[in-house]
Amino acid sequence: MKILVPVKRVIDYNVKPRVKADGTGVDLANVKMSMNPFDEIAVEEAIRIKEAGKAEEIVAVSIGPTKAQETLRTALAMGADRAILVETDEEVEPLAVAKILKAIADEEQPGLVLLGKQSISDDSNQTGQMLAALMGRPQGTFANTVAVDGDSVEVKREVDGGLETVKLTLPAIVTTDLRLNEPRYASLPNIMKAKKKPLDSKTPADFGVDVAPRLTTTNVAEPPVRQAGEKVADVDALVEKIKALGIA
Amino acid sequence: MNTLVLVEHDNSSVNDATLAVVTAAGKLGEVTALVAGHNCGAVADGAAQIAGVSKVLKADDAAYANGLAENVAPLVAGLMDSYDAFLAPATTSGKNIAPRVAAHLDVMQISDILSVEGGKTFTRPIYAGNAIATVESADPKLVITVRGTAFEKAETTGGSASIEDASGPGDAGISSFVSAEIADGGDRPELASAGVIVSGGRALKDGETFESVITPLADKLGAAIGASRAAVDAGYVPNDYQVGQTGKIVAPEVYIAIGISGAIQHLAGMKDSKVIIAINKDEDAPIFQVADIGLVADLFNAVPELTQKLG
Ligand SMILES: Cc1cc2nc3c(=O)[nH]c(=O)nc-3n(C[C@H](O)[C@H](O)[C@H](O)COP(=O)(O)OP(=O)(O)OC[C@H]3O[C@@H](n4cnc5c(N)ncnc54)[C@H](O)[C@@H]3O)c2cc1C
Ligand SMILES: Cc1cc2nc3c(=O)[nH]c(=O)nc-3n(C[C@H](O)[C@H](O)[C@H](O)COP(=O)(O)OP(=O)(O)OC[C@H]3O[C@@H](n4cnc5c(N)ncnc54)[C@H](O)[C@@H]3O)c2cc1C
Repeated sequence: MKILVPVKRVIDYNVKPRVKADGTGVDLANVKMSMNPFDEIAVEEAIRIKEAGKAEEIVAVSIGPTKAQETLRTALAMGADRAILVETDEEVEPLAVAKILKAIADEEQPGLVLLGKQSISDDSNQTGQMLAALMGRPQGTFANTVAVDGDSVEVKREVDGGLETVKLTLPAIVTTDLRLNEPRYASLPNIMKAKKKPLDSKTPADFGVDVAPRLTTTNVAEPPVRQAGEKVADVDALVEKIKALGIA
Repeated sequence: MNTLVLVEHDNSSVNDATLAVVTAAGKLGEVTALVAGHNCGAVADGAAQIAGVSKVLKADDAAYANGLAENVAPLVAGLMDSYDAFLAPATTSGKNIAPRVAAHLDVMQISDILSVEGGKTFTRPIYAGNAIATVESADPKLVITVRGTAFEKAETTGGSASIEDASGPGDAGISSFVSAEIADGGDRPELASAGVIVSGGRALKDGETFESVITPLADKLGAAIGASRAAVDAGYVPNDYQVGQTGKIVAPEVYIAIGISGAIQHLAGMKDSKVIIAINKDEDAPIFQVADIGLVADLFNAVPELTQKLG
């Protein structure tokens, strides 16, 4: 079985995003960018499935600017076997990302596609589900545990009330949640080796996908800023405040 | 505009998350509520009572019993010939189903809306709520998920909608439900709709300590219990307690953060709370920058004392 892992280059989670003064977006100039944390979890899970002898090859894919190569090299250094960059400087919406991934899946015929549940930039939480619909295949979203068994996979999902387990016929699409695993760090030798692993470059046009956006962002604004209140001296003062709120 | 709202339920009653969606849909036009489930007549009856709902569609089939997206999404897509917009709550179930519907219809979903600005224009948070984007759709139909804390809840009574049967392709045959481990919170309010939330962080040390420090205070205040990701990852509490960008978004009347530093991912999930109270031993903890009331203290002394003095 082959595993396809889409990885997205996003603002590093430690960086506090700043809205541009002209309301056109978030300032990404000179900001540290990294692999979306949920996608690191997806790469890790793919590697573990391969290490368990249940997959032969891991292909990482990114849709984004030339610099997304760095993100792909990170995936290769962690343990992916080869990478595909679909190069574009446009902001590609999840629906178009899903269409490109569908075209790649048609060529690669993966048994499993492992994605992040959401990117921490746009927080859309859509791409995996859309890909699953376009492929006509089942989806296991917000995965806490993934168990591949023959021609099916059992996915334990993190849902609002707790956990839910579903059984999906392969090929299937799985999106990762935080508790699925703890991603490894790439070792220095593996980072060196990753530089020699194959990385193909393509464009959206190669797959005949129209990436024209369906949504226009007309404004990006700062949310209302919350002001810090007061600090109270001791528990007695806090008790007074809480009683004044009428909740005790 | 004709809108179709996905009713969230457990085959016996309507989940509260649906009510904010009805309000959002009402801002766009006429509201039809879709109840897809199995032996879900009581849910359809409940949905028909919701103020603002003019029609209920009931799709009663074993294939819809567990809300599997593979089965529900084609049902919705089929019904969308008669509707201009599909709206679902931004819950794990809505987030599972809606994008699949959007792809079937070849439209871009608008996730987690905060407001309706016009027939095709909405605001939504991006970058963990550090920015609010206004987006306009060019698609012929709308697929939307709604942030529950951003809209008033529709009244659960006062409506008198008609109930009609609907059907779809049924079981797609590619997925099945195996089991669920859904915690029974007993009398404790649900995190998503609680008026008061007491949340604990990494500082609580372990599950037992979390329970012995946080639970008595929550009991006294009739509060729901939440947690930071660090507390969940360390196994102090189950995953569905996580508040934040990648957990639950809450906006109670009062949010009490105990031993939580206030990372942006945590703030993203609770900074719209009406009153924020923080207890932390580090006076420079970022949580104090958003707290209305702060107490710099060791929680292991302060919280038991607080619980006791609240009488
Ligand atoms: C400030 C701002 C302004 C924007 N303006 C516009 C605009 O004007 N026009 C416009 O069309 N869009 C705009 N966008 C939207 C943006 O370009 C994408 O639509 C969005 O970032 C993709 O959604 P997501 O990654 O959150 O998807 P999600 O569904 O949250 O991503 C889930 C998973 O899908 C996979 N994935 C997603 N994207 C990729 C990728 N590129 N490569 C590989 N894997 C991927 C990853 O595994 C990821 O974890 C804007 C976004 C922002 C933040
Ligand atoms: C992709 C991604 C998604 C994330 N999503 C979320 C999310 O949804 N929700 C979330 O919460 N986090 C999320 N995080 C994690 C987030 O970045 C922080 O790591 C986390 O919120 C920290 O939890 P904490 O405040 O409990 O722990 P810490 O940051 O370790 O803070 C502990 C606090 O307790 C205080 N303390 C210690 N001892 C005492 C004592 N005896 N008395 C009083 N105070 C004490 C300390 O001063 C400190 O401020 C995410 C991270 C990533 C990368």
